[in-house]
Amino acid sequence: MVASNSELAYDSKIEGEVIVSRADAVINWIRSNSMWPMPMGLACCAIELMAVAASRFDIARFGAEVMRFSPKQADVMIVAGTVTYKMSSAVRRIYDQMLAPKWVIAMGACASTGGMYRSYAVLQGVDRILPVDVYVSGCPPRPEALLDALIKLQEKVKREPSASKLLSA
Amino acid sequence: MPAALDAVAAIKGAWAGVTDRASLDHPAVNVPASDLLGVLRALKEEHGFDMLADVTGVDWAAGAKPRFTVVYHVFSTAKHEYVRVAADCPDDAAPEMPSVVGLWPGANWHEREVFDMFGVRFAGHPDLRRILMWDGYPHFPLRKDFPLAGIDTELPDAEVVAETKTGAIAAPMMGGPFVAAEGGINMGDAEPSAKDESWSERRPKPDA
Repeated sequence: MVASNSELAYDSKIEGEVIVSRADAVINWIRSNSMWPMPMGLACCAIELMAVAASRFDIARFGAEVMRFSPKQADVMIVAGTVTYKMSSAVRRIYDQMLAPKWVIAMGACASTGGMYRSYAVLQGVDRILPVDVYVSGCPPRPEALLDALIKLQEKVKREPSASKLLSA
Repeated sequence: MPAALDAVAAIKGAWAGVTDRASLDHPAVNVPASDLLGVLRALKEEHGFDMLADVTGVDWAAGAKPRFTVVYHVFSTAKHEYVRVAADCPDDAAPEMPSVVGLWPGANWHEREVFDMFGVRFAGHPDLRRILMWDGYPHFPLRKDFPLAGIDTELPDAEVVAETKTGAIAAPMMGGPFVAAEGGINMGDAEPSAKDESWSERRPKPDA
């Protein structure tokens, strides 16, 4: 006895090796599943960021395991830690060196608002120098929280009008 | 702590200007700035206090005489004892101390930090630049007349400033993320560091 459809996977032969889709969907699918982070590890949040990259939490499941210390190869800057005023210029310069499209995750209380460092030396929120896409609460956040932020960012990227942006650029 | 007490007694015998300093833990002396290098060299080379554990500063508030004191902690790695040496800066407006980098190269960054935070210059220091704040920062943050919240200041990188339109801003506790809203528990009353807030919306800075 032969079942009418025994294939569990998508069969590309059905439509003659052609897939019809929208350009936005294809571009955003590619972008959102290979977001290479620029790890801006400035304080204890960086330890949690390392945990996210390690085997227990495994950020590779979401295609973001390729931590790039060259800003030219990175897509998303994860600001993990306290940004001092002295460091803020360097953070902004590294962001400027990243190639578009690029996104920013502010990880933890310090990067989001300055946190408990309400002081003469600490930038009161990295959004004063960078356009932040996702804020993560916590001091430091759990690794799951950063994964959640990454998934949130992927959802945001999937809503972007990428094709029209590329054509108008 | 016999070794430290012996050393202090010997130092006081050799320098007339050296006096006892009130201390709850280690033997401590006040030393005139002009005798500082001699006293520290004697402690290091004659009494075995071979390690400079710390260099820090005190600001006794604007108007106090003397205003600035620099404090040295020396440690004997053989006897495991400390001696504290404190020296007042003779000039309150432009405080200066002789550098001890010649005795302990490790004093380099300690003295840079004291310079950065208190504005005490160290004569003979090989590279007296700011170490924590950026070059060109106009204030000395640990001085008593520097407000806890900070002072509005330009950031050093002109291109970044032009791009971001931001600078170092004063950040008072009131209105900050860890102060409860109106009607709730007022963290400003419970948080000791907020008591000395010249920037508080609720009350003026207390005298002295």
